[in-house]
Amino acid sequence: MRKLALSDEILLTIEKPARYIGNEVNMVVKDKNEVDIRFCMCFPDVYEIGMSHLGIQILYDMFNQRDDVYCERVYSPWVDLDKIMREQNIPLFALESQDPVKEFDFLGITLQYEMCYTNILQILDLSQIPIYSSERTEEDPFVIGGGPCAYNPEPIADFFDMFYIGEGETVYDELMDLYKEHKKRGGTRKEFLEIAAGVEGIYVPQFYQVEYKKDGTIAAFRRINEHAKEKIKKQVETDLSHTYYPEKPLVPLIKVTQDRVVLEIQRGCIRGCRFCQAGMIYRPIRARDLEFLKDRAYKMLKATGHEEISLSSLSSSDYINLPELVYFLIDEFRSKGVNISLPSLRIDAFALDVMSKVQDVKKSSLTFAPEAGSQRLRDVINKGLTEEVILKGAMDAFQSGWNRVKLYFMLGLPTETLEDIEGIATLSNEIAKEYYTIPKQERNGRVQIVSSTSFFVPKPFTPFQWARMATAEEFLEKQRFLNGKMKEQLNYKSIKYNWHEAEVTVLEGIFARGDRKIGKVIYDAYKKGCIYDAWSEFFHYDVWLQTFEENQIDYMFYTSREREYDEILPWDFIDIGVTKKFLWKEYEQAKNQTVTPNCRQACQGCGAASFKCGVCIEKRNS
Amino acid sequence: MIKARMKFNKSGSMKFIGHLDVMRYFQKAIRRSDIDVAYSTGYSPHQLLSFASPLGVGLTSDGEYLDIQLNSTKTSKEMIESLNGVMTEEMQVTSFRILPEDSKTSMSLLAAADYLISVKDGYQTIPNFKEKFESFINQKEIKIIKKTKKSEKEVDLKPFIYAYGFTKPEFEEKIGRNLGDTTAGEYKNGIKVYLQLTCGSVNNIKPELVLEAFCQANNWEYNPFAYQIHRIELYTDTNAKKGEINPNGSQTKRNLVPLDQFGEIA
Repeated sequence: MRKLALSDEILLTIEKPARYIGNEVNMVVKDKNEVDIRFCMCFPDVYEIGMSHLGIQILYDMFNQRDDVYCERVYSPWVDLDKIMREQNIPLFALESQDPVKEFDFLGITLQYEMCYTNILQILDLSQIPIYSSERTEEDPFVIGGGPCAYNPEPIADFFDMFYIGEGETVYDELMDLYKEHKKRGGTRKEFLEIAAGVEGIYVPQFYQVEYKKDGTIAAFRRINEHAKEKIKKQVETDLSHTYYPEKPLVPLIKVTQDRVVLEIQRGCIRGCRFCQAGMIYRPIRARDLEFLKDRAYKMLKATGHEEISLSSLSSSDYINLPELVYFLIDEFRSKGVNISLPSLRIDAFALDVMSKVQDVKKSSLTFAPEAGSQRLRDVINKGLTEEVILKGAMDAFQSGWNRVKLYFMLGLPTETLEDIEGIATLSNEIAKEYYTIPKQERNGRVQIVSSTSFFVPKPFTPFQWARMATAEEFLEKQRFLNGKMKEQLNYKSIKYNWHEAEVTVLEGIFARGDRKIGKVIYDAYKKGCIYDAWSEFFHYDVWLQTFEENQIDYMFYTSREREYDEILPWDFIDIGVTKKFLWKEYEQAKNQTVTPNCRQACQGCGAASFKCGVCIEKRNS
Repeated sequence: MIKARMKFNKSGSMKFIGHLDVMRYFQKAIRRSDIDVAYSTGYSPHQLLSFASPLGVGLTSDGEYLDIQLNSTKTSKEMIESLNGVMTEEMQVTSFRILPEDSKTSMSLLAAADYLISVKDGYQTIPNFKEKFESFINQKEIKIIKKTKKSEKEVDLKPFIYAYGFTKPEFEEKIGRNLGDTTAGEYKNGIKVYLQLTCGSVNNIKPELVLEAFCQANNWEYNPFAYQIHRIELYTDTNAKKGEINPNGSQTKRNLVPLDQFGEIA
């Protein structure tokens, strides 16, 4: 029988003990004495969220294909277990072997959103690994971070030994080979970090020193170790049809957020929306072959027994073989009781046809993400969606029987005026108005429009990385204004307005564009009990504000400040292919309300062509 | 459509998986296997499955039952192998039988269950456990407050405790059948008791309730974590009329038959 790290008594006292026992279907079992390297992969949030993440499934499969590596997993203990582990001094353990994480060679932490930063400290603390990289000894694992937030790792740089910048499929093999040699040789911790710093895409923060100007901006970002590279180049998997992709994903024993097979059809996006970080850092767009996807759909459904398959990508309608893939999935699996969960599609004849085939029209809704309420502001953000297209798509759908529409917008976008905000209300109203032009006897009851707004957070490596973010007060004022305008609409009874919390957005904004000075604040807030900040019931804004104050940090410096072009940004040492010059040009274009064509229409010379793959080497239609 | 009944066990870390998740587990395992399960008709078809009796979180078992409807079937051996090949070692199918078309669900047939209660190592229990338990169970009445979601009422457990024993042979002799292989965990302290209790929709006596009554009778604080409860078998009573049970002292004599004794091996 497997020995569990937690006693029966603890497991029967806490919520959902299955979070901590492992033993999921398709879990990899290896003898730890037969491997050279033990790697613990961590998603710093609760099990149900972490287990829903595709990236970890890919890397778990990839690492475990090597006979000399045993990759295991760990997620954040929920607050109930957190308390018990602290009281009883139980070290955090990996799910597979149930062994303490501190006994591993590596602890790899995926950084999917800024609000998980205190959970990283919780993971380190409960693992009994020193929180600061500088305090770790030869006995401790190497702590390595990766994922979208690694594109500005500076706020959490002090807690990590390394960051992996780019896609995991590329240089981990090399890193593991080097580590194996190093371990055999018996080198020191610092020696290995120097070796790792030589690997493309690996950033070792302790080999760099940041100097600041009086005004708090960066004066210099200096290398202080000769092995450190001046620029860290993002790693890209150039051929997504001949690379790692799991055939037997893990199947959790409890219901998780994504309880289905996930098929990533492409990576990257051609659209170039100016607020979107994913659209820039994953450039260039690379599609997977249809045959590869069909094969994986078969194998993954068979190996998991899931009753649902979903397609994942940015702007899925841009996947060229989408109709063929979707019709294949419908024909092949619908009769076997498999649900096909569609990504949000551009509403056209194809979309309406497949939606009617896989969803109950009466229960499902149409989704549009205009992001901004007016054409002017949509041009600023380069969201090539016009009111005409939205109204036509909605009307086509209404005539096919749909009567629910979801709309997603952002408040606080650069250059936003009151008219732009009012545009959200009028657009919502226009769609409702469109519905009521259908003769009453042909309508399917009332129309239901749900408009949601989130607050815009400027992100690194976007054209808006220099932009001033609105303050919490300004956000709330915008929200109040919009709420009022919604009520003035003729069809306001058909419109529901949802909004987000402003306070958590402020913190996200600080972390997104923060520098190394923020690390101490994260540490102090964690010590005061902040964890699970992404969960509103555990988010303590007042504690954060107080901690910034105690550290004499004016957080507005990070959020509500327009940057100059020549300012050294904390993430400037990372080379994502897309150049700073291009991003600045796009920022200028935004201010001029000028739309930039997408990658398939005309190459804009963003710099991503240096990766020599994907759309950058495709033949263009024009 | 073919009706079939499967018996399965649940051991080790799988005891932490609740009933709803066990249902989901089987739905996915059946999809991974070659079993030709029948689906309901309608917009969101579901597999036609029915479980005999939910097992509480923390309990292990050799006697869980699942009734399933199939479009086609292979031999029992093939069906068992097909499922076990895609399931964890801590949850394995041990029997597969084709049922007559007019069979009732195992849930509606349920009348009694066998349990093994073991004291976990590292916990204290009532000293002289065996003697104390014996005198507890031989009382004329065994009164305890039974709490449900809606009400609290005093019940007498005596008519619903059908058999007990402190060793496997002793219990087997009392119930008149052999228990077979078990996945139950063993504990060094060796303190344990076997119980046969009323089970099902008419009246359901949980072993925890008997333990609690035992502790109360001895002025000993009942610590649910101190005991491992293992379900051994589920029975139907072929002498019971519909909606009735035959507790101790009733005029009709019980004829308890394990649920895996119905139907035919394919």
